[in-house]
Amino acid sequence: MKAAATAARSAATVARSAADAARVSATTVAPAKAGAQAEQIWAWLGAVPDPEIPVISIVDLGIVRDVRVADDGACDVTITPTYSGCPAMQVIASAITDALHAHGVATVRLHNQLSPAWTTDWMSEAGKAALRGYGIAPPAQQVIDISGLRTNAGNAAGAAPAGPLAAISRRAAIAPTVACPHCGSTHTEITSQFGSTPCKALYKCLACREPFDYFKCH
Amino acid sequence: MDHKVNYLLRLGDNALILSQQLSQWCGKGPALEEDMALTNVALDLLGQTRMWYEYAAELEGAGRDEDALAYLRDAHEFKNCLLLEQPNGNYADTLVRQFFFDAWHYFLIEALTRSSDARIAAIAEKSLKEVTYHLRRSGDLMVRLGDGTELSHARTQAAVNELWMYSGEVFAYDAVDEAMVAAGVAPAADQLRAHWLAHVGEILAEATLVMPPADAWMQSGGKQGRHSEHLGYILAEMQFLQRAYPGAQW
Repeated sequence: MKAAATAARSAATVARSAADAARVSATTVAPAKAGAQAEQIWAWLGAVPDPEIPVISIVDLGIVRDVRVADDGACDVTITPTYSGCPAMQVIASAITDALHAHGVATVRLHNQLSPAWTTDWMSEAGKAALRGYGIAPPAQQVIDISGLRTNAGNAAGAAPAGPLAAISRRAAIAPTVACPHCGSTHTEITSQFGSTPCKALYKCLACREPFDYFKCH
Repeated sequence: MDHKVNYLLRLGDNALILSQQLSQWCGKGPALEEDMALTNVALDLLGQTRMWYEYAAELEGAGRDEDALAYLRDAHEFKNCLLLEQPNGNYADTLVRQFFFDAWHYFLIEALTRSSDARIAAIAEKSLKEVTYHLRRSGDLMVRLGDGTELSHARTQAAVNELWMYSGEVFAYDAVDEAMVAAGVAPAADQLRAHWLAHVGEILAEATLVMPPADAWMQSGGKQGRHSEHLGYILAEMQFLQRAYPGAQW
């Protein structure tokens, strides 16, 4: 118990974004050296591509949630699945282990975190730009409207009549404005809510007539 | 069997059996977009199945893992509701089955995000966005087919009439469900049912379809392991490899 507490105190945590900073603010501030190690791990992970969309790294995609380096050099990496059934998660897990082993990290422990659930809000701006360059429209900023998740936050068990109904109402549905990654026009329309992978929807551009994938808000 | 393990198996079995059924449309969907939609929904449900099974196996502590739960149980040990094992039929049959399920699933998962069991709440939180998307899609399609051509309207109405008697089992709580409600793990049936009836009624009306009476007689038994003959065929295909080559891995 005591050893575990000591290890936790010495673990290095480096926040990657403002959202992360808020989430991990309660953890102990890491010593400079351990922080530098974690920073290095983040950099290495930033070079691991997503297996389905190789132009974006797993860090830019927001899959990597936490990196901690213990005193003995062992590395704990916390990842979160994009979709429950995403078949890429096993490939991602082994890619992380392989990448860190290649950089000399002997012990890599992977942790799977479900809550808070992954959201496209965690995708970095660099990642979104890379998607656009690749021909995939990045998510528009309307996650709250789409998911309806936060409308019910904090309610007592079961007492949320308006919230859950609002999230699925056809009338309340707000279609996000999606810009064509080819010509930039926002004169686009949805072809199918599902595309070649769970995270994408099919769109077509009414201006340049090209079909394209849209990385949907989630 | 422990009530919570049983409850988790029901959640997992519903998702798995429906996922297996939807997968059979792969390559045979009426349109490319629908083919992809069905297989994407199937994939989401399979992922959710794994999370429920993993937790059930841990709580059970009997040395079974998710694969053992999926492949090494016979029909009477499956706890899915009868609705999910109804045949794919024509596309309206598949869609109406999906819509009835999605509507219940959405309100259930939404309530489970506030479960007293933190692990269940986390799985629900992960699943909710997917389930929301599923219901939006199947509701939209109900309107398109119901308020579509004469043929699509007739087939969709026939499917609604045919499947209606399987729509009530999810609200027929037994000792397992009631124990979960008492422990604050799961939501009560009456509020779920009220939400379900309101939403299904709204969509059916928009789809110009007639909603059967809410107090109609309902089938039950799946949750207790009493299944129709359909489940046997589903399992025969799904479990073939492990039955032919026990312990096979790849």
